[in-house]
Amino acid sequence: MSNLLSIVTFMPAIAAVILGVFLRGEDKAAQRNAKWVALIATSLTFLVSLFILAGFDASNTGMQFVEERDWLLGLKYKMGVDGISVLFVLLTTFIMPLTIWSSWDVSKRVKEYMMAFLLLETLMLGVFMALDLVLFYLFFEASLIPMFLIIGIWGGKNRIYASFKFFLYTFLGSVLMLVAMVAMFADAGTTDIPTLLTHDFSSSPLSVLGMTITGGMQTLLFVAFFASFAVKMPMWPVHTWLPDAHVQAPTAGSVILAAILLKMGGYGFLRFSLPMFPVGADVMSTFILGISAIAIVYTSLVALVQEDMKKLIAYSSVAHMGYVTMGIFSANQQGLDGAIFQMISHGFISGALFLCVGVIYDRMHTRDIEAYGGLVNRMPAYALIFMFFTMANVGLPGTSGFVGEFLTLMGAFQANTWIALFATSGVIFSAAYALYLYRRVVMGDLIKESLKSITDMTAREKWIFAPLVAMTLLLGVYPSLVTDIIGPSVEELLSHHETALAAADRLGDHGAVVAASH
Amino acid sequence: MLQADLNIILPEIILAIFAMLALVGAVYTGKDKLTAPLTWITALVFVLLALWVGSREVGQTAFGGTFNADGFARFAKVAILLSAAAVLVMGQEYLARRQVANFEYPVLVTLAVVGMMVMVSAGDLIVLYMGLELMSLSLYVVASLRRDSIKSTESGLKYFVLGSLSSGMLLYGASLVYGFSGTTLFSGIIEAAGEGHAPLGLLFGLVFMISGLAFKVSAVPFHMWTPDVYEGAPTPITAFFATAPKVAAMALFARVVHSAFGGITADWQQVIALISVLSMFLGSIAAIGQTNIKRLMAYSSITHMGFALMGLASGTAFGVQAMLIYMAIYIVMNLGVFAFILSMERDGQPVTDLAALNMYSTAYPGRALALLILMFSLAGVPPLVGFFGKFYVLRAAYDAGLVWLAVLGVIASVIGAFYYLRIVFYMYFGEAGEPLDKPRSPLLFGFLMASAAIMLLGVVNLFGVEGIAQAASLTLVN
Repeated sequence: MSNLLSIVTFMPAIAAVILGVFLRGEDKAAQRNAKWVALIATSLTFLVSLFILAGFDASNTGMQFVEERDWLLGLKYKMGVDGISVLFVLLTTFIMPLTIWSSWDVSKRVKEYMMAFLLLETLMLGVFMALDLVLFYLFFEASLIPMFLIIGIWGGKNRIYASFKFFLYTFLGSVLMLVAMVAMFADAGTTDIPTLLTHDFSSSPLSVLGMTITGGMQTLLFVAFFASFAVKMPMWPVHTWLPDAHVQAPTAGSVILAAILLKMGGYGFLRFSLPMFPVGADVMSTFILGISAIAIVYTSLVALVQEDMKKLIAYSSVAHMGYVTMGIFSANQQGLDGAIFQMISHGFISGALFLCVGVIYDRMHTRDIEAYGGLVNRMPAYALIFMFFTMANVGLPGTSGFVGEFLTLMGAFQANTWIALFATSGVIFSAAYALYLYRRVVMGDLIKESLKSITDMTAREKWIFAPLVAMTLLLGVYPSLVTDIIGPSVEELLSHHETALAAADRLGDHGAVVAASH
Repeated sequence: MLQADLNIILPEIILAIFAMLALVGAVYTGKDKLTAPLTWITALVFVLLALWVGSREVGQTAFGGTFNADGFARFAKVAILLSAAAVLVMGQEYLARRQVANFEYPVLVTLAVVGMMVMVSAGDLIVLYMGLELMSLSLYVVASLRRDSIKSTESGLKYFVLGSLSSGMLLYGASLVYGFSGTTLFSGIIEAAGEGHAPLGLLFGLVFMISGLAFKVSAVPFHMWTPDVYEGAPTPITAFFATAPKVAAMALFARVVHSAFGGITADWQQVIALISVLSMFLGSIAAIGQTNIKRLMAYSSITHMGFALMGLASGTAFGVQAMLIYMAIYIVMNLGVFAFILSMERDGQPVTDLAALNMYSTAYPGRALALLILMFSLAGVPPLVGFFGKFYVLRAAYDAGLVWLAVLGVIASVIGAFYYLRIVFYMYFGEAGEPLDKPRSPLLFGFLMASAAIMLLGVVNLFGVEGIAQAASLTLVN
């Protein structure tokens, strides 16, 4: 099948159109049908996407399953995957059926809800597969629309503030990227990503408003892309939209946001920032490593004092994304492998944690940590699963969380020892906030009246967690599953990166370290 | 020779004769009873003429270069005719129900359209002014079509007073240009201006002319009339103001700066870039506080004109192409939005308060979805077609070295996104309020849905408008 990627991408959208056109009414039967259509569509998408994995040749570092058609203005509709993107595609198709299933109890405007999620899946998949700058931007930006609606329509009390903040914050970040894309288009004469990967953008110093910019155009382009991806990621200090969005979004929305949407930022860094602007990335890397380390420590400390469970997990997400940026911009094999691994693993773990919050939120309709305590007495299964994911979040060896953190720290250590040292203290803080949360919610005696009749997880809820537990464990004990697929592509990326730096004569002391680590 | 010249301006002649026949015929026979059929016939004539003008290949210039019938003029004329036809058809029922369906309305619109067609073809300062005034005078009258409404007459008067002022400025500029170049022909002016930098007197004339033109496209700082006129005029007329005259004025703008001052790009580029930035920011920021959807659309059109001017500011053929594409997209979006506004009623009375849209999506999900698509398209969010308009003008500005303009433009578009989102917010997240009447007109529904569908499906190939606009722009700038 030559257009497998398009099939996978647009299958959910087609299901959404079918829902929109054919499903009428708001009664119980219509709601049930909407849910089933969405579940079947996302599950089928997952099954079909397995063909991508099956046909994927890890030793080939080029783009695979490439499709290409002409579009406007010399742009192209071009899709393809390589070792860096293929796992994000699978992560998306894997998480989606679970989120749909987890929203089985939604009763408000179910049809629109399912349509929004299905469209969102199409757009997210498109982001990871697009091989044309503008096509990428199209998917990247369009994903704001369904998410804006999901937060705004099905969100909590303060949803309107959160949805506007989410939209405008991320929109502002990405329009600067648009200008940069226009600049790249003008400079290279094409928007084809594989071609741009080999295009050398000028790195001779420029003078803008009297300031000399080291790295010239590359640095400017890098900064424009950085504005977009750093907000999406989100990196400290532009992370403030995330806690609001997470707290107000419905459970499934939070899961998607944490598990997939945040990864778009990291993916962007890997696809664009690092390989296309090597000099720009090198100029900025110390700065980014620095703010990553600050993010890890600072947001972990902030998480420690949160009263709201979702907010706590949101801050922990920011901290974990700090490891990712640290890994990416240490620009060595361990760092990059670790960053990608961390993103995949965070997809499972943070998704599961938000689902854990969802389970008790559905029962008690509050996210205040204060309102809980002693749940282990009435919900043993829940206590076990929550415990498992808390530990995974902390980075316990044997879970996937450990591998990612360890590899990124190792990568950072080679790039900058002090920053690695500083960031490692975040590991301790993360244990502190995660265990503290767990103790307050699950342990102790069950003394609150309102909790006396709480019920344990239903079979459906248990089944939703089962695949997530399996993946977390599997990747924890057998990380080569991931690193074998991403390894060759990462190696290729790095060798290109280093050649480019050498050509620009920037391979100084730390470059020597990078080279020695191979 | 004369016959060939007349042949070139045949569409304008036909339309002018049609307008006069319609006027005389209606006066001597049924008067206002004829409004409905006359409106439909006028729309039909517009559509037929658009098809004819679009497909006809004639000589480039007539009357010694004072009238151009090039591809650029053709593009603009087709856009003007089609949007005017759409507006006539859309507003007919609305006007009839409010007892303001005077038979003069289609006649005046026809005359305005003749004026616009002359404007976009102008190759001479006199022809330019003739077309501009024919359009403006007709528009002043239709703005105050509702004679018994204070707001409508106020808007007509305001438009007239400010419009005359701007015409005066334009004339003053034209006289300076004539004085310093010794000719009113664009082809003569471009020679007198030469390459590089123009003589100071000519520059003065240019700046005054740009001011006059900026008034017609409602660009800051000559935008003051727009919100009041948009709000005061009956909604179908507002829809007309927002579409055809904007295209005509923008096309004329491009015509003047390129065919008369094409050699001194650097001189006008900075002026246009500045009014473009001001328009984008003022439009975006001032719209935030609006509660009336018509006023909001007025500020929205100021912003959009700013973006279209960004294309023009680049001073290249690609910039003109980008501007044409932007305007084509802008018209389609505006027609859709005004089709929606025209159907907003409560107890039979038109409503323009934004709060009336509260939870509109539960009552009419299909319409709400269409308006949502249009709003995101106006905000320039991909994958909707509105984004491509922005992409083209950004590219044009970047290519011309106006990076600062592109950066400021995208920042303004983020500010502007807020008020479009606010409409979505009312429709989808708001509190349930007093519901609006069930919209009755299937015609308006059709326009709304078609416009939304175009915004969504245009992502495939923009319906081929790219190539047409490119061909058109190359006939103007080469």
